[in-house]
Amino acid sequence: MSTTEPDHQPRRDRMAVLARAEGRQLRELWGGLGIDPAFEMVRGPETGLATVRGRISGDGAPFNFGDVTVTRASVRLQDGAVGHAYRLGRDQGVARLCAVIDALADDTVMAATIDSQLVEPLRETLAARDRQRQAETAATKVDFFTLVRGED
Amino acid sequence: MYVAVKGGEAAIDNAHRLLADRRRGNRDVADLGLDQIMEQLSLAVDRVMSEGALYDRELAALAIKQARGDLIEAIFLARAYRTTLPRFGYTQPVDTGRMQVERRISACFKDLPGGQLLGPTFDYTHRLLDPALAGGAAPETPEVREPDAAPMMRVSDFLGQEGLLEPAPDPADKPVPDDIARNPMSYPMDRDARLQALARGDEGFLLSMGYSTQRGYARSHPFAGEIRIGEVELEIAVPELDFAAPLGRIQVTECQMVNQFQGSAKAPPQFTCGYGLVFGQAERKSMAMALVDRALRATELGEDLTAPAQDEEFVIAHSDNVQATGFVEHLKLPHYVDFQSELNLVRQMRAEVEARGETHQEAAE
Repeated sequence: MSTTEPDHQPRRDRMAVLARAEGRQLRELWGGLGIDPAFEMVRGPETGLATVRGRISGDGAPFNFGDVTVTRASVRLQDGAVGHAYRLGRDQGVARLCAVIDALADDTVMAATIDSQLVEPLRETLAARDRQRQAETAATKVDFFTLVRGED
Repeated sequence: MYVAVKGGEAAIDNAHRLLADRRRGNRDVADLGLDQIMEQLSLAVDRVMSEGALYDRELAALAIKQARGDLIEAIFLARAYRTTLPRFGYTQPVDTGRMQVERRISACFKDLPGGQLLGPTFDYTHRLLDPALAGGAAPETPEVREPDAAPMMRVSDFLGQEGLLEPAPDPADKPVPDDIARNPMSYPMDRDARLQALARGDEGFLLSMGYSTQRGYARSHPFAGEIRIGEVELEIAVPELDFAAPLGRIQVTECQMVNQFQGSAKAPPQFTCGYGLVFGQAERKSMAMALVDRALRATELGEDLTAPAQDEEFVIAHSDNVQATGFVEHLKLPHYVDFQSELNLVRQMRAEVEARGETHQEAAE
């Protein structure tokens, strides 16, 4: 379980959407914002591994189960705001962009713009995909019928 | 006398050039895109990710293309690539209870909360080759239905309520698991290390070992308590953030095998569990893994050791197809000097036997 404090929740939610968003849509929406801040790289972007842990029987003691590729980036804007990004996969350009967005959202006014114009549309795309998959899965649910024994 | 020789450089270069040509095949046929492999050979991609112990669909697809569809060669490529990357750390344990389920079935309970969801399964197909597919016929769009809002409780949760199912190992007993990717394996191993080895083990090997337990070599009376396939969230604790960084989702297959157990000196009669967790959609492997996990708990549960599937070192040491292929296939590399010495030895032994034979003959006369 995450130990997220309530005041971190908006940032965590934003990062969760940015991590899962499809690169092309993210770039398109970013282009639409018309923002192009100067920044310097603090770290990366770099690609490495995270070892995924599972739990024995689903909820028991942890075990290491396999690796996943992860790309991370950290940037600093001219006003000093620092942003971080972590994403599955190896797309370094998108990871750097996510770090810039995270840094920009340090400013509350900018955060509101980013959330409404960038994060919300991305979140909706992801949610729509989930809803579609859930509905497709639901259609494969087995309905059991009790066979009534005939009297005659 | 040993004389160092070298050679074959040109032959090797030309062989690799020939390999590239044969891999491409007939140029009149379209080149295979990684997106095609990822989308249309997705279960092969899943197998390479699982046994390569590296979740990255695009890399697995590239490995399959490069290996000409030889999946063990592709797994080898994935493992080799994995060693070139730095490690950022360990994720928080995934919560399969909150999985975005694409398939979920139980062979134990018909009416379980959330129901039996078949998902995209081969089960109940007639296994007849479909000529229409060869012609590239477009499939129908999937049927949809309003999803059930009820949370999908684990089968183990409601079996556990009655106390008839053994509890899962307490995280407090071993909060930090062993890592066989960083530390050499030694026997006996704990269950967490075994599960890590089984998770990347060869599907065919695990399938055969699991099958052997069903045929009576270490009977385990298994039932598929629950199988679920779907996406789970990953997050990782990092120093620069005050909360675990969300990474995105991966697809996994989980199998909880429930086994009748008559009790022993160490444990009362109850249902015991074997557990399988595999990258991607890999139902067969998750089931085999769960069977083998349960068989390997024989010592822990005080069962008699009678069968190969209960022999930890035998199973774990031979479950990795990259290690296995390395040792088997090294036999084809030049062993000229080794063989020369063996040849001399056998010639000498033969000469000695023949000389003794003559002596025996002389003595008999």
